Amino acid sequence: MNPILLFAEYSAVGIAAGGIYALIALGTVVIFKSSQTFNFAMGEMMMLSAYFFYTAAVTFAYGPFVGVVAALIGSVVVALVIERFALRPMMGRPFIAIVMVTFGIGSIIRGLVGIIWGPNDLQSPAILSRAPVMLGSLFIPGKTARAFAIAVLIVGALIVFLRYSRAGIALRAAAADQITAYSMGIDVRRVIAFTWVIAAITGCISGILMANVNSLTPNLGLVALNVLAVIILGGMNSIGGVLVAGLIIGWLESVTGFLLGTEYREITPYVLALLILLVRPSGLFGTAEIERI
Amino acid sequence: MMSRLANNQSVVWAIVLIAVLIALPAVVPRYWVYFAGILGINIIAVHGLNIMTGYTGLLSLGHAAFVGVGAYTVALSQSKLGLPFYLAIPFAGIVAAIMGVAFGLPSLRIRGLYLVIATLAAQFLLNFVFVHWQSVTNGDAGLTVQPATIFGYPLNNETRAYYLILFCDVALTLFAINVIRSRVGRAFIAVRERDRTAEVLGVRIVWYKFVAFALGSFYAGVAGALLAYFNQFVNPEQFGLVLSVFFLSAVIVGGMGSTLGAVLGAVFMTLLPEFLRGGGLAIGGALGFDIASILVPLRETVFGFLIIGFLILEPRGLAQLWKRAQQKFLTPRIAADSSAVGRTRVGTEQPKRSQGSHNGETS
Amino acid sequence: MRQRTRHGLVVLKVEGIHLAFGGLRALSGVSVHAERGRITSIIGPNGAGKTSLFNVISGFYKPQQGTVTLDGQPITHMRPSERACAGMSRTFQNIALFHGMSVLDNIKLGAHTNLKSGVFSAGFRLPGTRREERALSAAIQRDIVGLLELDTVQHHYVEDLPYGVQKRVELARALAMRPKILLLDEPVAGMNAEEKREMSRFVLNVRRDWNTTVLLIEHDMGMVMAISDHIVVLSFGKPIAAGTPNEVRVNPDVIKAYLGTGDEAGAVVATAE
Repeated sequence: MNPILLFAEYSAVGIAAGGIYALIALGTVVIFKSSQTFNFAMGEMMMLSAYFFYTAAVTFAYGPFVGVVAALIGSVVVALVIERFALRPMMGRPFIAIVMVTFGIGSIIRGLVGIIWGPNDLQSPAILSRAPVMLGSLFIPGKTARAFAIAVLIVGALIVFLRYSRAGIALRAAAADQITAYSMGIDVRRVIAFTWVIAAITGCISGILMANVNSLTPNLGLVALNVLAVIILGGMNSIGGVLVAGLIIGWLESVTGFLLGTEYREITPYVLALLILLVRPSGLFGTAEIERI
Repeated sequence: MMSRLANNQSVVWAIVLIAVLIALPAVVPRYWVYFAGILGINIIAVHGLNIMTGYTGLLSLGHAAFVGVGAYTVALSQSKLGLPFYLAIPFAGIVAAIMGVAFGLPSLRIRGLYLVIATLAAQFLLNFVFVHWQSVTNGDAGLTVQPATIFGYPLNNETRAYYLILFCDVALTLFAINVIRSRVGRAFIAVRERDRTAEVLGVRIVWYKFVAFALGSFYAGVAGALLAYFNQFVNPEQFGLVLSVFFLSAVIVGGMGSTLGAVLGAVFMTLLPEFLRGGGLAIGGALGFDIASILVPLRETVFGFLIIGFLILEPRGLAQLWKRAQQKFLTPRIAADSSAVGRTRVGTEQPKRSQGSHNGETS
Repeated sequence: MRQRTRHGLVVLKVEGIHLAFGGLRALSGVSVHAERGRITSIIGPNGAGKTSLFNVISGFYKPQQGTVTLDGQPITHMRPSERACAGMSRTFQNIALFHGMSVLDNIKLGAHTNLKSGVFSAGFRLPGTRREERALSAAIQRDIVGLLELDTVQHHYVEDLPYGVQKRVELARALAMRPKILLLDEPVAGMNAEEKREMSRFVLNVRRDWNTTVLLIEHDMGMVMAISDHIVVLSFGKPIAAGTPNEVRVNPDVIKAYLGTGDEAGAVVATAE
């Protein structure tokens, strides 16, 4: 087959995956921006949402629509519980302690999911049509393309929302200077809780999408570690940056797989992360202050 | 809070403990000796992570990978270079230290969070290399390691290898204690607590971060080397992210920034899976369901709760609980010792000198 | 190794400092001379730029213009840690002690630049390290612990101690390196009258016993007027007066700068009477 065409197809698929990466990254960046907390449990939150969806849609047979709603509600509740009971007691503690708490949360979620639902692959109900999408003569797997569309739509909507809405402005104010934000009547704690809600939503949607594109296992959350490269490339506190960074990383991942073989795909995000750290830790859109020692 | 009396007591306890450990294989079943060997290896690895993370505040999620580097170095230096164990082990430590620094160095100048990501990347990258660099590492099948030999005497069972591990444990624990009690150890803590203040007082922050990371990775390498000789094989499965989280849990549970904590944490975490299995089987048997299938996720859940529980409720970890227990049992004897200045209740100071000495200078 | 040459009377020479953050001018042409063995104070209403000046001297901020010289050695471009090696030591407005370490260990950290042990000599407990540590402990016991009355608390963790004691520990830590110049950033902030008198006494004792050169920032007029040999007054980043306490307290520009800031104006006026 024409190698250029093949390359283009790989690129397209990569970009599509990148859209989902951007969605996952957005949740983490939003939390980080407001509270300087890096949520290492993001992947597990995603995965848990996907399991909520499955349980509501299949186990209780309410169907996919109710499944999504139930998953959203469940995710938000879990996120708020995490924020209130695991993270708020840790406010003011050194950041490595906070990071380790999020890691611990990830462990707990992974463990509980494994206990309750078992380690086997589950088949998520198809909410994305499998009909392939053709871009000219490029063949793009249907689920991936539609997942991309949904993800990008939501990322775009959230970016606009966070830029122009009052909640978004409050978030940026709290991110810039907590004390001043307080004195202007912004309840920083509510802003932080709000960011966790956003993360819950993005995690939920991306979890359901991923479960549709791949299958549902307790290891679904590991993809969030891939997303680290996206977050660094975008700049850890840049909400707008995640979209561009996501697409770039997704594309690079796919192209590497094309050029070097599929087993190198899994390692690409980590190599990229290290390279970015070496060359420009603040990423494309981050501010230099996030680097300071 | 050490009076001289308490210090001498610690030395006595330590000697007793070492004597017990030396006698151990003669009195306990073989499985326990195997277990003690693994525990000894874990202790060394946790010491290393404690120096990096507990004392200096550099969070590493890739410690297991550097343990792996040490293990593979031993396997390869044995087969390709024919190095005897007393050269291979330090060599493994050095290689691991170099690897650690290579991954960590770019992040040492900037925010700690980037180091977390860099070490996570190191974890996955090194694992990838272990699995895919077939020509060198033999991939998933792994490499076999011949036992260490001392003057032709092979350490080819658990008991003999256990003594090697015990020796290394004692030596490396002493080394760690000495470093911590010195100017270097103080610098480590200062870097963790308030790096800008430390700078103003003359501590070169980047240098000490580098030293802490190199030293911690060295320990990881030695632990890996000993593991290779102990198990007599090396494969990638042994060095995954799960093990890194295991070590981290040990540091947290034991008490960050405490050498005693590192040991207690390692002991606790190494024993934990055994208790979980034993207790789980008992409960499962009694309640009539099969616990074996959920042991792995159960372990993960318990790890997570331990990490969070200790971080929120007792950040100084088991070491603190130990000290409190010590005080409860030893205080009656020490109260009689007049050199126990440290026992004065906090907040009550010496009565102030008479006001007459303020000869109008400061009013 | 730190130079022990005496380049005349002025230990710390700060000349013509201009510091701006973006459009905000923090310091405009500030000069301060700290004479050997003397206590020089920098005062001024809030926002006058005192802490910015200290941060320039410490090396945290790079001034757009101006120089800092310590004992004849230009240090304007030196990193903070290098300035410590040159003999500069400092306390902090909000206590910056190291938690997780005892009082003694915090103090010993202050002498970090005077020691030489590295990882290997420390880890193997070589004789050089043992000697160093013993000498340091002895010197601290002899010269600092008694002087600052920290005997009863020396083995406590610093985070368990009351505020006033912590301030003293910070001072002790700053002294451990036997600094050429000691910068004190609001040494009596947050203290009651009795603690302030005590701290003043300690600063004077340090000067008396060690002939230390002291440069301090302070809001408390009583303390400043009582212990300073020389005062520099800043207002909105500009120096507006300098001289002995008696000269400064009657200076009309100084009184004007403080008027309207409540207690301090009262204090200045009161001490002028």
